[in-house]
Amino acid sequence: MSGGLVLEGLRILRGGTPLLSLDLAVAPGEVVSVMGASGSGKSTLLAAVIGTLGPPFTMSGRIRLDGEDVTALPPERRGIGILFQDDLLFPHLSVGDNLAFGLAQSVRGRAARRAAVEAALAEVGLAGFAGRDPATLSGGQKLRVALMRTLLAEPRALLLDEPFSSLDADRRAQVRSFVFARAKDRGLPVLMVTHDVADAEAAGGPVVRLG
Amino acid sequence: MEARATTAGAARAGQAPRRGRVLPVVPALTVALLLLPVAAGLAGTLLPAFGILPAIGRAAPGLDAFRSLLDWPGLAAASRLSLVTGLAATALSLAVTALILASWSGTRVFGAIRRALSPLLSVPHAAAAFGLAFLITPSGWVMRALSPWPSGFERPPDWLVVQDPWGLALVAGLAAKEVPFLLLMSIAAMGQTDQARALTTARALGHGREAGWLVAVFPRLYAQIRLPVYVVLAYSMTVVDVAVILGPNTPSTLAVQLVRWMADPDLALRLQAAAAAALQLGLVLGALALWRALEGAAAALGRAWIRTGRRGPRGRALRVLSLGLALVSSTAVLAGLGVLALWSVAALWPFPEAFPDALTARSWARHGPELGAALRQTAVIAVIATLAALALAIGCLEAEYRHGLRLRAGGLWLLYAPLLVPQVAFLPGVQAAMLAAGLTTGIWAVTAAHLLFVFPYVFLALGDPWRAWDARMGTVARTLGAGPERVLWRVRMPMLLAPALTAAAVGFAVSVGQYLPTLLVGGGRVATVTTEAVALAAGGDRRAIGVYALAQTAAALLPFALALGLPRLVHRDRRGMRP
Amino acid sequence: MTRLLAALLAALPASALADPDPADWDAVLEEARGQTVYWNAWGGSTTTNDFIAWVGQRVAEEHGVSLEHVKLSDTADAVSRVLAEKTAGRDAGGAVDLIWINGENFAAMKENDLLFGSFAEDLPNWRHVDVSGKPVTVDFTVPTDGYESPWATAQVVFMYDTADIPGPLPSMQAILDWAEANPGRFTYPQPPDFLGSTFLKQALYGVVEDPDVLLAPAAQADYEAVTAPLWAFVDALTPHLWRQGRAYPQSGPRQIQLMADDEIDLAISFSPGEASAAIANFQLPATVRTFVPEGGSIGNASFVAIPYNASAKAGAMVVANFLLSPEAQARALDPDVLGYGTVLDLDTLSPGDRARFDAIELGIATLPPDALGPALPEPHPSWMERIEQDWIARYGVTE
Repeated sequence: MSGGLVLEGLRILRGGTPLLSLDLAVAPGEVVSVMGASGSGKSTLLAAVIGTLGPPFTMSGRIRLDGEDVTALPPERRGIGILFQDDLLFPHLSVGDNLAFGLAQSVRGRAARRAAVEAALAEVGLAGFAGRDPATLSGGQKLRVALMRTLLAEPRALLLDEPFSSLDADRRAQVRSFVFARAKDRGLPVLMVTHDVADAEAAGGPVVRLG
Repeated sequence: MEARATTAGAARAGQAPRRGRVLPVVPALTVALLLLPVAAGLAGTLLPAFGILPAIGRAAPGLDAFRSLLDWPGLAAASRLSLVTGLAATALSLAVTALILASWSGTRVFGAIRRALSPLLSVPHAAAAFGLAFLITPSGWVMRALSPWPSGFERPPDWLVVQDPWGLALVAGLAAKEVPFLLLMSIAAMGQTDQARALTTARALGHGREAGWLVAVFPRLYAQIRLPVYVVLAYSMTVVDVAVILGPNTPSTLAVQLVRWMADPDLALRLQAAAAAALQLGLVLGALALWRALEGAAAALGRAWIRTGRRGPRGRALRVLSLGLALVSSTAVLAGLGVLALWSVAALWPFPEAFPDALTARSWARHGPELGAALRQTAVIAVIATLAALALAIGCLEAEYRHGLRLRAGGLWLLYAPLLVPQVAFLPGVQAAMLAAGLTTGIWAVTAAHLLFVFPYVFLALGDPWRAWDARMGTVARTLGAGPERVLWRVRMPMLLAPALTAAAVGFAVSVGQYLPTLLVGGGRVATVTTEAVALAAGGDRRAIGVYALAQTAAALLPFALALGLPRLVHRDRRGMRP
Repeated sequence: MTRLLAALLAALPASALADPDPADWDAVLEEARGQTVYWNAWGGSTTTNDFIAWVGQRVAEEHGVSLEHVKLSDTADAVSRVLAEKTAGRDAGGAVDLIWINGENFAAMKENDLLFGSFAEDLPNWRHVDVSGKPVTVDFTVPTDGYESPWATAQVVFMYDTADIPGPLPSMQAILDWAEANPGRFTYPQPPDFLGSTFLKQALYGVVEDPDVLLAPAAQADYEAVTAPLWAFVDALTPHLWRQGRAYPQSGPRQIQLMADDEIDLAISFSPGEASAAIANFQLPATVRTFVPEGGSIGNASFVAIPYNASAKAGAMVVANFLLSPEAQARALDPDVLGYGTVLDLDTLSPGDRARFDAIELGIATLPPDALGPALPEPHPSWMERIEQDWIARYGVTE
């Protein structure tokens, strides 16, 4: 078991009280859904995997990504991307600059970087949007930009924090399958936190219940 | 790097940036930086209160200074005056602030009120007091406008309006300047209270807008602006320049009196002044404790009222009253400044003329050259002190964000010690300590002293918006490969540009307004527009005061204008960045 | 051997401190060139500030001394500064080089060894100073001993607005009678402001039986008996003062402002030329004139002194000497500039210098020197101290 995202004996304490304890493996291209009531520690789990867990939480155990132990790495060096319920595009940057912020540093040269951004926009049907103010986009457009921003950073795993709950019911299925398809194309292990059974069913992978 | 990161352990996964060694000590460093001078200063000022002042041959400890203080016949009246005017000015300022917010927050009118804040905040206290005094005194502008018709006065009536024995003019003058400050602090704090929804809920439950705001929003808001309110209380009780201009003098407030003693040729009075400083400190602490107790009582009353289920009045009267108060107080400050501007170009301007006989540029020509030099000096000090304060404040806030090093209540109080301890009670000691430490009296020492007073205001103004920032933005940026530094400089700072600049403008204005620290620490050799203005104010020449008051206001207003304009310019195409 | 030791010890302070010696003026000039002198002087008057700026310009041209005016709101700030430096053990390189000083501040600094020493009488321009006719060697009955150098004289006059008062009020009784008939039209700066205290002393001269007791310490006289008529006078006057004596202007210039605002018609001044200068500066209406009480009015001098730890003592001496020059004295006398009285004996001047003084128009509201009447000496400071204390207890804390 070397590929994908692996949580090994992960235990999280809140101020000394056990909150959750988990062993989990997410294979490349697989979507694992985590469900649970409010307060069951879903968001805490994601924070632990990203590496932003702070006081009053403490954790033990190992997080492995493609066989590498990333437990002690800071978030920016783990190679794990995340999408939140809100798009969280940086409001002070244009759509193109938002994407460029995420674009991996391995893409060098101004022309090459601009081309990569344009290509990413074209991929999600937003060609020519680079100069736009993110505040002028629709909800679905924002989510697509946020997804591409995450993917341009070339993550090795993707976390989803209830990413579809702010969308209308009819757009929801469409955007959901779009996201899953992009992740599958790139062979990313996906860990999704949701409280919507439909999300978990659409993901088609294993479901973990917390709490 | 790799190895160190691994040993950092699982408990604080990912919290090992390179700067991790410096940042965590910033809060402690800041507290020390602010507290040491205050402590040293207090010691240096209070020792003479107990009879120790070797320079004039006093080294035997004793209580003589307190005895002679008690023998001063005006002591009870002066102490009572300080206490009553301080408490009244604070209560009035808070009440007007709350009324304005209750009636108008979130409305279009409030936008106008908000825009008026910057000019109001940048008018220096002394200039505002002078302007107000000239407006309302019996030979002042209001009476001139009404004379000889319709008032019938050919000569000004002999009415005791300014410097009244109850300190009403003093209270009014202080409130006119403190309401804008409390409003600014409230607006910053309201980013963290979900006031729109709380208010809607309260109104849906049948409360009127104002009463609903008071029960649903005010308690949470007050918890956030408590420190600024305490700062206002301490300031109002110990202010010197405003109290000299507007307050009574038979006797004066304790702070004014003790500064007079400190300046008395009879050096033995320094001991009595030191004893008065100790008393002043005690009075401020007592007033703070009293205020705290009143807070508790008010909260209990409020809760009892809520439990009765009664709904407050849906009064139009309250809205009109609060708007009226806001208008009157802001007009008083701005019109006062306008009248001083008129004085700066006035030839002879006798009573009861509403306008000068003729205009002349003589005052400006006379003061222009010195003014230029003083403005440059003021700007250099204010820029450095503000930048240093901003760096420390951001350091503290980032340490809190990245390492969870939130200052507990005690630490927070310590940060504000320079604002809560009366200036007159510790600055003379600071001066002595700096001299003893061999620090020269130049511009650097003055800048360091300004930092003591600039930092708390910058921290007050920046703290709330900084904490209200959506930390998930940081998380997203980190997962996109940005280290903590890049997140700070490329995401957080640009997003918080407007509040950071506002905080800087507040800090700049505070630095511009410093009188005692500049005078005492600078050894008189560092001339800023404020030291020049107060020296001229001693002479009472309204033309000269007009010139310097305008210069002072301009010096403080420019950064506010930048704080408003720059973010709009930088983020002109970003709808999400508009306030 | 012991004699040698004594000689060495005697020589030590001079060589160890290496302070400039005004008797060797060329050496002083040499040392002063390039120095910066920080002159701490009250900054509340635009006209004095302009005069000091002019002095700075002249000493820079003439002697290469650059002069910085440290504008004080109170002379005592400079005294405090020197005191703080002494407390901190900074016995050289102090921040204050020269102080505009007199009276209590001088007495306090001299008594507490905060001054440099005797230098004034060795200044080259001292030879023109009117030692016998002007109050230049005794400051509030304290001998100056050369510790401070005079630069201007002052004498009490009353300013009155002829639009409201027909003629001079020659005595304290006349002032009281007028105030009773015209309530609320007179006030004086609140003691312990020096001008307000001066009014009390002037009033004391007006009512006291034997003025000579005022020149000795108050403890040597029957203070209560001597001052009883003064308090009777002030008690009678107070209810008829501006604001019924419940508020007072805080300084002389504020009092002038009240006169300009037509709130009062009568005010005390310590400068015979002040009214003319204020009229020229639009600070008083052109109807204001001055008078002196019959029997004379209090006169004193303004001085400059050098702190014991001043950084630029030689430069400070050069400035003090320039202030005594006929050029500076004549300029200060000009009411368009300052309107301050001179400390020089005009008879000792060369015809050319003399002409500078003769050419000056004294101004519309200034009394000619022969109309000023005799200058009364300042009472011993102990009188002022006790009178101030009593005034504060009686009128200063009444509310």
